This record gives sequence, C-alpha cells and structure tokens, in this order.
Amino acid sequence: MQLTGAEIIWESLLREGVDVLFGYPGGAILPTYDALSKYPQIHHVLVRHEQNAAHMADGYARASGKVGVCMVTSGPGATNLTTGLATAMMDSSGIVAITGQVPTKAIGSDAFQETDVTGVTLPVTKHNYLVSRVEDLAQTIHEAFHIARTGRPGPVLIDVPRDLQNARTEFVYPTTPVRLPGYRPKPSGSPEQIRRAAALINAAKQPVVLAGHGITISGAQDELLEFVEKTGIPVSTTLLGISSIAESHPLCLGMMGMHGEAYTNLAIQDSDLVFAIGMRFDDRVTGNLAKYLPHADVIHVDIDAAEIGKNVPTDIGIVGDAKAVLQQILPLVEPGERSDWLNKINEWRNEVRARDIIHQEFPDDILLAPHVMHELWRVTGGAVLVTTDVGQHQMWEAQYFRHDRRNQLITSGGLGTMGFALPACMGAKFAQPNEEIWCVVGDGGIQMSIPELATLVQENLDVKIAIINNGFLGMVRQWQELMYDRRYIATPLLQPDFVKLAEAYGIMGMRVTRQTELAPAITRARAHRGPVLIDFRVEEDTNVFPMVGPGRALHDMIRRPLHLVATEAAQ
Amino acid sequence: MKHTLVALVENKPGVLNRVASLFRRRNFNIVSLAVGETETPEVSRMTIVVDASRTNAALVEQNLLKLVNVIAVQDVTDEPVVARDLALIKVKANRETRSEIMQFVDIYRAKIVDVSAESLIVEVTGPEAKLQTLLDLLRPFGILEMVRTGRVALVRGSGAYAGNGHRRNGNGEEARTPVPGADGREGV
Ligand SMILES: Cc1ncc(C[n+]2csc(CCOP(=O)(O)OP(=O)(O)O)c2C)c(N)n1
Repeated sequence: MQLTGAEIIWESLLREGVDVLFGYPGGAILPTYDALSKYPQIHHVLVRHEQNAAHMADGYARASGKVGVCMVTSGPGATNLTTGLATAMMDSSGIVAITGQVPTKAIGSDAFQETDVTGVTLPVTKHNYLVSRVEDLAQTIHEAFHIARTGRPGPVLIDVPRDLQNARTEFVYPTTPVRLPGYRPKPSGSPEQIRRAAALINAAKQPVVLAGHGITISGAQDELLEFVEKTGIPVSTTLLGISSIAESHPLCLGMMGMHGEAYTNLAIQDSDLVFAIGMRFDDRVTGNLAKYLPHADVIHVDIDAAEIGKNVPTDIGIVGDAKAVLQQILPLVEPGERSDWLNKINEWRNEVRARDIIHQEFPDDILLAPHVMHELWRVTGGAVLVTTDVGQHQMWEAQYFRHDRRNQLITSGGLGTMGFALPACMGAKFAQPNEEIWCVVGDGGIQMSIPELATLVQENLDVKIAIINNGFLGMVRQWQELMYDRRYIATPLLQPDFVKLAEAYGIMGMRVTRQTELAPAITRARAHRGPVLIDFRVEEDTNVFPMVGPGRALHDMIRRPLHLVATEAAQ
Repeated sequence: MKHTLVALVENKPGVLNRVASLFRRRNFNIVSLAVGETETPEVSRMTIVVDASRTNAALVEQNLLKLVNVIAVQDVTDEPVVARDLALIKVKANRETRSEIMQFVDIYRAKIVDVSAESLIVEVTGPEAKLQTLLDLLRPFGILEMVRTGRVALVRGSGAYAGNGHRRNGNGEEARTPVPGADGREGV
C-alpha cells in the first residue's frame, strides 16, 4: 500500500494503540494534520500551549501505563515542548512527541521556524530522531514507542521534515519486536546479587525499604506489599513512590525527605540497612550526602544501571525491573523479629502525631491548606486520583491526603515543574475517564497553565480544580522567610478573581474561606457533572514542616512546632 | 589514575554529538576521545580516556550504555592492551640543533616527516608516557605547534569486541561505584 508520510504517521500510531493525542498545529506539521481527517478513530486534543501538550501526554502516560503522544509544529512549537519533555524525562514517563520540521532541503539554512530540535531536546529526551527518508518513518515510530515504554521509560521525540510528510512510499508496519543493538533493558537481577542481598536483609536489625516511582512503573505493588508483610520491614516512599503501598498500612512510614515526617527521616537515618527499589537518591530525599545513612548498608535496585552508585555508595547493586527483582528475592527473605525497631519508630510516630495540625483546634475562619487536603481525603473517601503542582500545596497534599490506592498521585517530582497539575489532570482524565480526578494547584501554578481551562471546556472534561490560594508563591516565600530574613521579593502575587474567571470559561466556580465550608463545597463539586474550580482561600504565611534545610542532614529537621499555626496566624 | 574505555557505537549521524553532550551535561572530565572506523562499516569505535581521580569511570561507562546508539562499552584499564597515541610535533631547528634533535628522534623511534630551514615536524607513536618524555626533551628547542590524536587501544589476543569481556547494555550488576569525594565516604 503506497501512503504519504503523513498517513504513515497516523497508521503507525493506530498500530501502537493510540486513540488520543495532544497537540497544536503549524506550517511544518500541517500535511500530517490534514491527513488526520481520514482517521476519525483518533481524537486530537487542541491544547492552548505546546508545553501543556507534553504535560497532558505525560499525565495520560502515568495514569494509563501506556505511551502518551503529543504533536506540534517546528521551531516555536517544538521549543515550547521542552519543559514538558524535561519533566517527563526526570520522572521516567513514557511519551512520544512528533514534531514537524522544515523541509529537508531547508535544514541548516535558518529557514522560517527552523530550530535544531534534535539538538535542543537531546538532553531532555531518552532518545530522539530526525527522520531522513520516508521509508524509515514507520520503523522509527515503532522503535520510538518501544524505547519510550520499556526499560526506564522516558520521552522520545521524532522530528519529521515537511517534505517527508508529503512523500509516498510503500507502508508496511513492522510486526517483529524491536531489536536495537545498543538498547536491551535488563529484565531481572543477577541471582548472585539477589542472594547476597537476601542475606543482608535477613541479618538486618533495623532495616527500611525505600520505595520509588519504579514500583508503580513496573507494577510491583503486590510484590512490595508481600515483601513488606513477609519480612515485617517498614517502608518509606519517595514523593513519586507515594501510593505504591497503602499509606494506612501499619508498616508504611509515608514520604521521606525534605518534607517527610520526622519519624520517617529518623528511621531512615537510624537504619542499619536500606533496601532501595526504583528510586534514585535525589538530593530532596537524602539531604546532605556526607551525613546520609550513617549506619546503613545499601542495597540498590534499579532498572537503570547508571543510577547505582551515582549519589550514594552502594554495597549491593542490582540492575533489573523492580517487579522481577522483588519476585526473585521474595522466596529468599525470611520473617524477622524486629519489634524493638518497630517500637522505636512508633515512639517517634506518636510524638509526631501530637504536632499534627489536624489534631489542633483553630477558629473556623483560620483555613489552612492541610485542612483542605484532609477534608478532600475524608469527603471523597480517598477514592480519587490527584494531580498536584509544585510548591507548598504539593507537600501538604503528600502529607495530609492519605493515599491508599494505587497510582493515585501524579505530580512533577524530579523537575518540579509549576504549571504541571492542570494539563496532567486533563491527560489523566483521558486515560481514566471513570475516575474522579482532582487537580490540586497553587495560585501561582494555576496561572502558568490557565489557558488550558478553555481546552478543558472544549473537551468537556469532568475534573475538579482545587486552587490553594495563599496569595504568594508560597514555597519560595517560605524559603525567604526562613533563609532570607523575610524579604519577600517577587513572591506576593496578585490573582484574578478565580471564581469569575472560571465562570468566564463556563466552569462552575466556588470560593471557600472557612473550615466549615470545606465539606459542603467539596460535596457540591463532586455532585456537579462537569468541571468545577474551587478557590480555597487559605492562611497566607504558614510553612511546610518538617523541613530539612538545604545542606542539612536528613535527621536535622525544623520540626512542626507544637502550636505552629496558632502562633503564626496570630502574628 | 587514568581509565581507558572502549565504546562501540552505531556509525550514524549525530552519535559523536550524543556522546560529547553526555560528557558535558554530566560534567565528566575526559582526557581524550578518539573516534574511528572499525572492521564493520556500521560500527565506529571510540577510545575514551577518563581522569578517574575526578570522574568515576564506572559512571561514565554506565551512562554511555544508556545511549541507544552505544552498542557496547568496555573498561580496558586492567586488560592487557596495546595503547597508542600519535603526535605530530613542529619544533624549531637550525643547523646547530638539527642533529641533536634527530638523535632524540632516533632514540624514541620517531620519524622526521617534514624539514624546513627553521623547523622539523616529528611524528611519534606510542604510549602517552613515551610521547611525554620526547616532548619534554624537545621543548627546550622550541615547540612551534603540536597535535595529538589521543589514545587508541586494542585488547591483546584474539578476542574481538563481540567477545564476553564487553559489558553490554544493562549489565551494571557489579557496579560498586562510590563517587569519590561526593560525600566523603570513600569506597565501601
Ligand atoms: C516553572 C517553575 N518556575 C519556578 C519554580 C520555582 N518555584 C517552586 S515552588 C514555587 C511557588 C509556587 O507557588 P504556588 O503555585 O502559589 O504554590 P504554593 O507554594 O503557594 O503552594 C516556585 C516559584 C518552579 N518550581 N517551576
């Protein structure tokens, strides 16, 4: 069958199972857009800014476990993608981006809307291609999907010059599995290393498991739970590891790191063995490396060999898929008697409970972000998928929403990209149309992606947006308060009237200023079919605690004061 | 200590850029990088010398393997290898000094490949140490210009790159790779 390059792109996407993609047209990709008229099975979502096309593809990928796809034009369209690609790269999210490029003959001539897109995106993609012959197009797309989804997933970009989109060739989609000489992800761990690891685990007196995003990506939640219950070893998660194990599980210590609970960080620092799976010892979870894990041996499991030993010296490195490695090690580990260890952790945990904001009484008109997160969790019964943006609200969501279901939180962890939550929640809605999805976002972050409210309405997506409105770029203000002598430079933030704004877009808008209004508003939003935006007016100058200051050891935290908010709010 | 890595890469446009870009963005300190064809036209061979006191060679190796176009990487530092560097050295020479220079050239089994009234071009091949001593000897005469290829290396014996010695993608198991100086905990 002779097809044009444009048709080959759509035929190939269909064969990769694509039924929705996110994009924005322009001259260099126009032949491909034109051919879309012949493929009504594929739904194209017109975003309002290309960065959000990548975030939506990313949200779609994380919520579905499938590859997300985005498509944009050359030059500015492609450069607008880069933040989205970098976000997906840092968080190992498998997306494929197709970019139009100026015609082959014009490449290198600084033609209108020409950018060296493979050059620009090289460091922020897992791999990228500039297609030079229309005959290579189908094979390239086949490879791109394979690379995006396997091993450590990541974004793959395909740059297609316009002339190739019009050129014709015989279309045969490759049916054989992709075989690339330099790309063979290793599925399982070396039995010898696994045996040594099991011996260390069985001998450990104060071990902890550190679970990362790799658990969710490889679908190893059952194995993790089985491991934890069989050995009785407590587990802490990274931000992206959240919801790889139910947070109500007695052996789940919750999130570790800069804003992890004190008992969690203390347990990690006091441990004699760390069994890290599918996480990469980011500086936000280790604190000062020189003071990290003073007593612990380290077993590190990762599909990416280059992560092992990158930040933390490793005693046993195991390269392999988290699920496979856990399956391998499960028969070799034994139940351990570690009640002293667990009692010690529980003592710390009880002490932390006393400081919990939720257990303190405040006047009704003192609305705190933790109240919002707690009520959102309580009213929904936790049965929702949440996307968060970046900042204080992101940490409060991690701390105060109890994630008991799998793959329940989608957030930009590695890159910390503001403006991620709204497009990510829209992508997730396409992946999980029957899920209730909440976008939790700051008043700063929402203003980075606000044009997508139009996309939301155009696509008639039933998602709920919770703006945690504190009048500041809150997390930056927090740093200014604690480290820059309260000089609030460039952090006070003027916002539009979010309720009116929502209404301007045709979205139901609400405002909440008191604790007692929380549950009714959330309930109303849930009952409404269609998008809802709630402007939660929270106290302006509260801080996320605990906090491990930059350069501090993980156990050296600014604790949540016993009466933090009462005193702060009084000021 | 210097580590020598040999990488076999797909002979495609842009692969050198991918490798160079990797070194830049990971802040790897590379002493030299030599690229050339191999016995297989689809495959190029890179010889990379890493200053292991500043950059963890195992991390360089693992990161190279992550590149889709990199087929295999081997750290040949502890292997019996034939390693060579080639230098062309243009050195000032006049009637009085020329014969003295030629004596050094002879001793080091180097070659004179160009002669002019005021200079000579010396071609020398060998391990870096040999090149370095010859350079030191020639320096007092005045070195006008110099170029070196960087190290290239082959493992001795009949094994070829497809042999078992090569660490292929994903086999990072034995990587016990403390990052020197990163956190004061040297070694494990
Ligand atoms: C694109 C981008 N720019 C800047 C930052 C730095 N930054 C991190 S948190 C933050 C403040 C976010 O403010 P807001 O969205 O209001 O959320 P809050 O912290 O108040 O919950 C900023 C500016 C970032 N993470 N991403």
